[in-house]
Parts: sequence; C-alpha cells; structure tokens
Amino acid sequence: MEKWYLMTIVVLIGLTVRWTVSLNPYSGAGKPPMFGDYEAQRHWQEITFNLPVKQWYFNSSDNNLQYWGLDYPPLTAYHSLLCAYVAKFINADWIALHTSRGYESQAHKLFMRSTVLIADLLIYIPAVVLYCCCLKEISTKKKIANVLCILLYPGLILIDYGHFQNIYNSVSLGFALWGVLGVSCDWDLLGSLAFCLAINYKQMELYHSLPFFCFLLGKCFKKGLKGKGLVLLVKLACTVVASFILCWLPFFTEREQTLQVLRRLFPVDRGLFEACLKTFLFFLFCFTFLSLLPACIKLTLQPSSKGFKFTLVSCALSFFLFSFQVHEKSILLVSLPVCLVLSDIPFMSTWFLLVSTFSMLPLLLKDELLMPSVVTTMAFFIACVTFFSIFEKTSEEELQLKSFSISVRKYLPCFTFLSRIIQYLFLISVTTMVLLTLMTVTLDPPQKLPDLFSVLVCFVSCLNFLFFLVYFNIIIMWDSQNGRNQKKIS
Amino acid sequence: TPTHPHATSEWTLDYPPFFAWFEYILSHVAKYFDQEMLNVHNLNYSSSRTLLFQRFSVIFTDILFVYAVHECCKCIGGKKVGKELTEKPKFILSVLLLWNFGLLIVDHIHFQYNGFLFGLMLLSIARLFQKRHMEGAFLFAVLLHFKHIYLYVAPAYGVYLLRSYCFTANKSDGSIRWNSFSFVRVISLGLVVFLVSALSLGPFLALNQLHQVFSRLFPFKRGLCHAYWAPNFWALYNGLDKVLSVIGLKLKFLDPNKIPKASMTSGLVQQFQHTVLPSVTPLATLICTLIAILPSIFCLWFKPQGPRGFLRCLILCALSSFMFGWHVHEKAILLAILPMSLLSVGKAGDASVFLILTTTGHYSLFPLLFTAPELPIKILLMLLFTIYSISSLKTLFR
Repeated sequence: MEKWYLMTIVVLIGLTVRWTVSLNPYSGAGKPPMFGDYEAQRHWQEITFNLPVKQWYFNSSDNNLQYWGLDYPPLTAYHSLLCAYVAKFINADWIALHTSRGYESQAHKLFMRSTVLIADLLIYIPAVVLYCCCLKEISTKKKIANVLCILLYPGLILIDYGHFQNIYNSVSLGFALWGVLGVSCDWDLLGSLAFCLAINYKQMELYHSLPFFCFLLGKCFKKGLKGKGLVLLVKLACTVVASFILCWLPFFTEREQTLQVLRRLFPVDRGLFEACLKTFLFFLFCFTFLSLLPACIKLTLQPSSKGFKFTLVSCALSFFLFSFQVHEKSILLVSLPVCLVLSDIPFMSTWFLLVSTFSMLPLLLKDELLMPSVVTTMAFFIACVTFFSIFEKTSEEELQLKSFSISVRKYLPCFTFLSRIIQYLFLISVTTMVLLTLMTVTLDPPQKLPDLFSVLVCFVSCLNFLFFLVYFNIIIMWDSQNGRNQKKIS
Repeated sequence: TPTHPHATSEWTLDYPPFFAWFEYILSHVAKYFDQEMLNVHNLNYSSSRTLLFQRFSVIFTDILFVYAVHECCKCIGGKKVGKELTEKPKFILSVLLLWNFGLLIVDHIHFQYNGFLFGLMLLSIARLFQKRHMEGAFLFAVLLHFKHIYLYVAPAYGVYLLRSYCFTANKSDGSIRWNSFSFVRVISLGLVVFLVSALSLGPFLALNQLHQVFSRLFPFKRGLCHAYWAPNFWALYNGLDKVLSVIGLKLKFLDPNKIPKASMTSGLVQQFQHTVLPSVTPLATLICTLIAILPSIFCLWFKPQGPRGFLRCLILCALSSFMFGWHVHEKAILLAILPMSLLSVGKAGDASVFLILTTTGHYSLFPLLFTAPELPIKILLMLLFTIYSISSLKTLFR
C-alpha cells in the first residue's frame, strides 16, 4: 500500500485515540475553591488577555499569584494569549477577568481539549512523522510502524488529554523533537532554535539541555576550532541568544521584570531552610552531575547521532531520579528520547515506556483514568510486539550489550547469560506492575499506611529506572563501534 | 425487562422473543453490576456501572461476530497477490468487517447489539458458502427471531435454498431439472424453520398474546419514515411533496387551512399525511419492494450462480427493502454494506460499487451521533475507514 495512505491512517489512529481519551473527566472537575489544573490553564488565558504584559508575573489585585499564578516561561504565556483570542471570539465569558473563575461548561471543556489537539497536530505529530521518515537503514513499513508506536505511547496521551495537569506537554516535547531532528540532520541552527523555543515553553526542558550543548560543542570541535568549527560555534551562540531575547523581549526592559519571571520559574525559596537539607541537596546535585558526566564527555569527544539520543535518555533520567522537587510527569522528558530509540532497541524501550506509564499510576487513578490507561497501555504493547517482534530481539547483540559482555567475559568467562537475566527481569518487572495495579484498584490500603500503594508504585518504578540508568550508561560507554562508523560518514 | 403488554416507557420491547430472552439473560448478569438498573420504573437510568456493563456486554457478544468474520474469510478465494499479509484479500476483508465504521458507531457509540446479530447473518452466509445448507437455514431462522428486520433478506434465502438445495441437480445448460426435487430436503428445511418458530413464538401462542406480539413487531402506525429519515425513496418522495406544497402555497393553488400540521422531521415517531402527492400506505411500499426485488429473484431462480449469486441477491433484496420499505431505519443500510464487503474483495467491479455504497451509507449514519464531543470521533473514524478501504482495495486490484 502506498506509503502516504498508511502514514495518514497511522496519524488518524493517533488522533482518534487522543480524542477518545479526552472524553474522560479532568482533574479538579467541580472542586472549588481551587479546582484543578484545567482551571490553571483557563486562568492563564484570562490573565494574559486582560492584563498588560508587565503584570503577568507580578502579584497584584488583578493577578493573585496564589491562585494559579503563571510559572512557566513566556512562550507559554504567549500561547495562552493566542488561545484567549480564540476564546474571546467564541464566548467572552470564558476569560472575563475575575468573574470567570471556576468556569465549567461542556462547550468550554470542548474548547480546551481542541486547543490541545490542534497544538499536538501542528507541532508534535509532524515532528514524529518527519523524524521516523528520516531514520536510516530501516524499511518504509518499519518507519510507519515506528510512527504508530510513538504516537500510541500512553504516558503523553494520558497526561495531555486525560489528566490536564500542565497540558501542552506535547508542544514543548514537540519543539525538543524538532531540535533533535535538526541537530541530527546537520541543520544545527534550526535545531538549536527549536530547542530554545522548547526551553522557553517549559523550563523542564533544561533536562535535555546538557546533551544538546555537548553534542553541538563536539561537532564544533570536530570541525576544528580554528576554522569552520569556530564559525559554527559563533553562529550557534548567536542563534541561542537571539531566540532568548526574542522570547523574553517584553521582560528585558526592566531588571525587576526578568528577576520576577525567574523567581516564578525556579521557586528556590520553597523549603530550603535547614542547613542539613542544603548539604543534602548539594550532594544530590553533585551526584546527578557525576552520573551524567561520563556520557556527556563522551558525547563531546565523539559526537554521533546515536550517542546523542542515548545521552538524552541518560541525562534526563539522571535528573529525574536525583533532582529536587520532581513531578511524576517529568518522566515524559525521559520517555520522549526513549521513543526515539525504539527502532534501535525495541525490547528495552518498550519495557521502559511501560514502566514510565506505570510510574504515573497514582496520578492517573486520582483522575479516574484507569480504563483509558489500561486500554492505551495494552494497545501500545500489542503494537510494539506485533511490529517490532520485541520478544525475538533479546539477544546480546540486539540489546547493544555485545561489547559490554565481551569486556566482562575477559574477567568472568562464565558471563554468558546476560540476555537470559534481562528476560527474567522483564518478566518480574511486568508481573510486579500488573499485581500492584490490581492491588491498588481492588484493595484498600491499611489504616496505618494510607499511602502504601503509592509508595510501593514509586519504589518499584524507581528500582526499574535505576536499572535503566545503568543500562543506558553502559550502552553509551561501551559503544566503540559507532565511533569508527562516524569517522567514515563525516 | 418489561413484558409485552406494558406501556411503561417510550422504548418498549419491539423485537421478537429470542431477543427478549437474550435481554433476560443479560439482566441476570446485570444484577452483579448494578441492581438499580433492573427496576422497571427506573426510566432513563444511567450510572457509570450501568454504562460499563452495557458496553462490556456489547463487546462480549461481538465475539460471535469475530468468529463469523473468521469463517467468512475462510470462504472467500481471492487472487493470490503478494506474500505481504496486509495485501491478502482475507486480511483486507477482516479489517473491512471488524472495523466497519457503521457497526462501530451503531453498536459501541450509539449502542445496540447489532454486532452479534450480523455475526449470525455472516455465519449463515458462510455456512451456505461451505455447502452446509441446513446449518445456514437454521442460523437464519434463529436470526429472524432475534430481529425481524432480517425479513428484508428472507426472500433471497428462501429462493436460493429452494432452487439450489431442494433441487439437487441442474441440467447441462444450468436450468432447472424438475425431477431432481428432493422432498426430504424440503421437509427437513421446513421442520427446522417450524421448530425454531415454535420455540420462539410458542410460549406467546399458549398465553394468547400472539396478536400483541405482532402488533409490537410490525407497528404500522408508526409512519412512513423513521424519526431520522433513512435516505431512501420515500425521503425523496416526502421532500418532493414538501417542495410542491410550498410552491402550491405560494402560487395559491392550495388552501393553507387544509394542510396538516404534523412535522415529519421531529424527534419521535408520529403519523402524518402527504399534502400534494398521494399518501403512501404500507401495502404500496410492500408492492414497490416486491417489484424491486423481482429481477434479482428471477435471476437467482433461473440462472443460479451458486453462493455468490445468492449473496448478490441478498444484497439486492436488502437494498430494495431499504429503498422502498415502510418505516426503515437508517441503520438498515448496514444490512447491505456488510455482505457487500464479502464481494468487494473478489472482483474489481464489485469493489468500486462497494466503495460508493459504503462511503455514502456511512455518511448517512452521521446524524446518529449528534453531540459536539462526538463530532471529531465520527469524522476521524469515517476518514480512517474510507481511506483504508479505498487504498487497500485499490492496491488489491492494481
């Protein structure tokens, strides 16, 4: 069948799944006085539309920062403004200053859901399609299957369309994906511009910034710092600075403006009082950087597309595991790069993506999204199993662990059962996840430990993620073959 | 479930007895989900558990439909295209049947149990293809007693079984050989139909409620067109009548006081009369339908072409009844679309007819889902099905 027919069908399936999930209830529905994060988004439209730019981030009589104040960078604010203009066109009551607090109606819900779908359609989905089309060394059918599996990833769908907590994750992830695309295809300026837009949309994207920086720096080094490399470096620096200035232009007029925005974005005065806590955080910070330093150094010295993607995964995962005040949904920042390597290591990626969805279980249950979660997870799993035959790709070579196991076998000649171990671990992991899900849904926690199940979910997910962190770092560090191939290409 | 003589709500039971027994069995399962929904006086009751139960029951009964699709795929031959799975006729057929847009929205969104009923029909067709005529006849008899709308295609079954099963051999030029008539077969067929009918209508005969049952099943008081007009001949007729009456009023040929006020397009069913053109009676629609199916029946009798000929006749009967029937539901178009899918993977000509039929038929089902949130769903699903059917059939008959 023609490629474009199939691709259209796949994209349509993605859109259908998204819209059907969005027909579920949203967080904070009908719960005054704060309602939920759905109300946050509506409130931001109200603020950005009715108040002048200078007042968006400041506490004032019109803008009570305690009631869902803006705490994302300016691009989110501009997006809210755009949506507000559309809202004004349809029904001005939705964004009337003060009086529209807690506004809830079928029509408004439809409007908000549509804005998410449109943003997704314009930014994230084209990025995914283009990325998969640019993949090398795989057949057309596999590329289209790749698009399907990425679009069916349950985590992003459930958070953006079901949970409504800080929606438009697909926008920032989409921009980041455009960045990855640009940088991998040697359109460095466009790629870095896209990534700057991503950072200016949600500051969480800073998790991805280190790999971008290292990769681009590595490219400059490779081209020779005395010629083309320097030119590239300067161009990149200018692009980054220019894009930041463009986004923050209204806020650069006064120093106080800029500081206030930064204070909203990085609320460092949230609970940093005790000295021991400060020391603990300092060590945490060091540990985070230590865990991701080897990969970043390697990326700078041997920049390659593949290394870049894996470094994205491991950096984001390190930050997720060891950072302060991390929200459950930040796992999406790790899931996106893992989706990108789905074609390279289908088995491990599918496993990781299942765990990432499972780790958000308490959040999803809070919003009564059990049915959509189960259905989308099963659909995703079946799609991956069918199109990638993941259970046949568990040999050492397929798992990219060949060089690692060869090195280990120099010291331990009997180390031949790595893939067997990994298969068993997978079985254990999946069984635990299924059991925990069943328990959380059917049983009530004991009186003395009301959060038992959430903590268990957290604990199990954390163990899994630590395992993956080690695994991805191993892949990066033992990836010597790629270095040789890269020299041939460039 | 309410029994026949009650008039407890506007959604009274108007399907034959087997369907009533089916709902009865469901109600026994339902009490584990939610007791409240079984209370006769709880009209318009809906809780999330009720919804869950009903949706799951539709999904569960669809197992029969899946089995029927599996059997049908075994029957169709189809050209040997490449080794690619997605290009095999069987695969395309199963996708076209299982993901049929019309069935999806009618059963799972609009909510009915058509899946397993169509499963029964497809299964009986498959049995006839596999020359297991008795089973096919039995299945169809059972189906009739589940939902009498399948009477639309009963002539095809009757004529085919009589011609190709009861007359065991043909002359060399294909015409009928009268002396090969098999009494045994006729009698066994008749017995099967009689037993099934006895099982279904027997209890009501004993209770002397047969008249009531029939009046519920064939409510001729309901008017020529259903609340949502099925896009058939009478819709055009009504439209023409309306246009003529408007023109007549403008040109002062008609007296405004003499025009009946009943609207034909309001929500629930009502009776009405035509103003300019002659009013249509149930008998008239029956005669029109009979005239329409006559050519295909004649073909089936005089020039039988085996199961394929039967299938064509079935589709034509369904379409004719849809076009000229009394009080036709727009969902009845599925009766023609689903069997047509079987033919579409056989010949290129059939495929193009199928594409036209299915696209327009599905589009005509749009008014069934009228709320705003469902709008993107029906558009997306329709696009999905249409694009898939066009591209896969085009590739098949490259």
